[in-house]
Amino acid sequence: MQNKTYDIIIIGGGVVGCSIARELSKYNLKVALLEKEVELAFGVSKSNSGIIHPGTQTKAGSLKGRLCVEGNILIRKIAKELGIDFQEVGELIVAFSKDDIAKLEEIKIEAEKLGVKKMSIVDQSWLKENEPNLSKDVVGALFIPSAGIISPYRMTYDLSENAAKNGVEIFTDNEVKGIVVKKANDLEIMTTQRVLKTRYVINAAGLFADDISGMVGLDDFKITPRKGQEFLLDKKRENVVNHIIFPLPTKTSKGVLVIKTSDGNPMVGPTAQDVDDKEDLSTTDDGFKEVLSAVKQMIPSINDSDIIAYFSGLRPVAGEDFIIRHEASVPGFINVSGIQSPGLTAAPAIAKMVCSILQENGLTLIRKKDFKRYRNETTHLFKISKDKARKLIKENEGYGDIVCRCEMVSRKEIEEAIERGATTLDGVKFRTRAQAGRCHGGFCTTRILKILSEKLNVPITEITKRGKGSLIVKGKRAR
Amino acid sequence: MKERELVIVGGGPAAMAAAISAHESGVKDILVLERDQFLGGILNQCIHTGFGLNHFKELLSGPEYAQRFIEKITGIKDIEISLQSFVTNLNSDKELTYLRPGEMEEVRARAIIMATGCRERTREMIHVAGTRPAGIFSAGLAQKLINSEGLLLGQEIVVVGSGDIGLIMARRFTLEGAKVKAVVEIQKESKGLIRNVVQCLDDFNIPLYLSHKISKIYGKHRVEKVDVIAVDDNFNEVQNSRFEIECDTVLISAGLIPENELIEMAQVEMDKKTNTPVSDEINKTSVEGLFVCGNAFKIYDLVDSVTKDSIIAGEMAAEYLGYKK
Repeated sequence: MQNKTYDIIIIGGGVVGCSIARELSKYNLKVALLEKEVELAFGVSKSNSGIIHPGTQTKAGSLKGRLCVEGNILIRKIAKELGIDFQEVGELIVAFSKDDIAKLEEIKIEAEKLGVKKMSIVDQSWLKENEPNLSKDVVGALFIPSAGIISPYRMTYDLSENAAKNGVEIFTDNEVKGIVVKKANDLEIMTTQRVLKTRYVINAAGLFADDISGMVGLDDFKITPRKGQEFLLDKKRENVVNHIIFPLPTKTSKGVLVIKTSDGNPMVGPTAQDVDDKEDLSTTDDGFKEVLSAVKQMIPSINDSDIIAYFSGLRPVAGEDFIIRHEASVPGFINVSGIQSPGLTAAPAIAKMVCSILQENGLTLIRKKDFKRYRNETTHLFKISKDKARKLIKENEGYGDIVCRCEMVSRKEIEEAIERGATTLDGVKFRTRAQAGRCHGGFCTTRILKILSEKLNVPITEITKRGKGSLIVKGKRAR
Repeated sequence: MKERELVIVGGGPAAMAAAISAHESGVKDILVLERDQFLGGILNQCIHTGFGLNHFKELLSGPEYAQRFIEKITGIKDIEISLQSFVTNLNSDKELTYLRPGEMEEVRARAIIMATGCRERTREMIHVAGTRPAGIFSAGLAQKLINSEGLLLGQEIVVVGSGDIGLIMARRFTLEGAKVKAVVEIQKESKGLIRNVVQCLDDFNIPLYLSHKISKIYGKHRVEKVDVIAVDDNFNEVQNSRFEIECDTVLISAGLIPENELIEMAQVEMDKKTNTPVSDEINKTSVEGLFVCGNAFKIYDLVDSVTKDSIIAGEMAAEYLGYKK
């Protein structure tokens, strides 16, 4: 057991926690981030759909509406600084009737109040030209050009990497087991591995934020997991849509969407169903049927044979809005809870808001003179020009050694992912897309296991899918 | 851009037979591009016997069968073999881009034979609901990990699908000391060879559940159990027939899909259902001089048949290049 004192400890290594960590790393502060899983982004963030929302479909007066619109702007700068692939693809909310068009007008007015810009209602002839695979039954759509896409896990990794470079200490595999409030701004956190002292605690624990809050005696909110099942299409269908396609929103969700992803594979989903179990990541036959039939109404040419993968995520819902506040009864404890959609978009704005809250509650923020704003980008061979790729392969032969054939990921990219923090098969997958293609790792898993084993210097029998008990192999054959 | 007379993509039994046969038919300039570090393809991990009865009139293991071709092909000077060479692009002018450690190469071929084999259908493709823990393997991946890498994957196994690979792997697991608790087949009969049902399941008392499917996989970190359910003639679930099997490993052996993404890039007319080229003749595609053979053309039961038809592919390419029979 170690004893250390920090200015701030962030609980939760998802996109929210890592955004806060990176923002705080701009200042002269001693910051640590705790994550219970073996790698970052293994909770809510890993199953996020990767949409940078424009701010529509959120109430004009809401906190999440304001932070979403702000985040949509901030994320562009962050993406540039950290070399994250952000694409402003725009979104279409489609209408099937005149009544629907009237609803689109309402959404437009509400969004304008929040500051969303350049929206327009487009007609069938516009749609025919710009979104040719859309159903003929769609009579019009609200076009919001400022919507974009990003990889939620790569964004998390890149933020954390930059935060770490600027001094934030990141402890994975450290589940918080208890918090002792000694006095105002004097808190002690016990994890499965260590004890840490801090002046401020930021609770960004996603699905478990209510449990963490409970550790300091607060029980005024409860996180209800709302399950979303998502289905990924083959990369061959990359251009099935040119925008993110939304139906009109329902009360509990934005509906089933056709989502372009920064990985190329379009995604359809999600479902929205409240569940009890915070670890229930199962998919169901009904979810599959629901998503497919909803999507076919918008894009009839999508078939079940296009679907190569599926997964579930849980949205950490705590009522209607985000809960971001300093808890006056526990001085030094800040809740950043209930960050469901549009949490990914809002994350950079949440981080700034947290800084203000810290300042309002007695923390002095002094900018670091040597803040390292930029991050060395990772390269994916097939996102750069042929000449550049040729040069790269000559310089480093590992780029010419393809490990994952479906997504064409080279050995060098996998090695780099490991150097940047991947320790598991899923960690490699999220960072590089190796094993995420149509064969689902059938061909490349063996080699990735070997590369992990070699780079991490651990026996192959200790490599896991995503930590804890998720061992891939159970032993070696007797020779 | 370099020009080659014949480029063969692949280095398994189909590619080797086609290359040797094209050479025997007169082609002098042949480049074989194999993405792995070795020739032989999937045969290298098929350490069971059952190969060669037709072609060699002998009972051989996979590696032995491959070795006969490897010895022959590496002895032919006119055939250049480029290992660790991964084709990334192919167009209808028969121009290929490929990568190998340290180099990106471009080559234009007068004729091409694609012998790219097949991949396995995944758990996702057969729509098995539930969680996604460690312990779910495609049969071919399991075969590679056990046979080529010497690893043990689990103690209690449920095999989904009773094609030949599923059956052979059920026996393989049993021989390694694991308990195969069930082979679950959605069809009314096994898709595998009768000899495999007898030698791999019956001889080891492994239960085969016909007209059954896995409806759900459970487990947070590692597989814990599966739901098995009976299906009727239309594959609809039979009510009240669900039962559980505890296991730590699920093996998916649900069929093979020809790997033809490259010829799709070259605008070859494709049958979307089978992922194979539309063709009225063996090994042919809609692009002249671009041939496909082996499991990429259609899924074969026996490697001996792959060899037979791939020899024809080599002859067809030679004829296309103007060499008389």
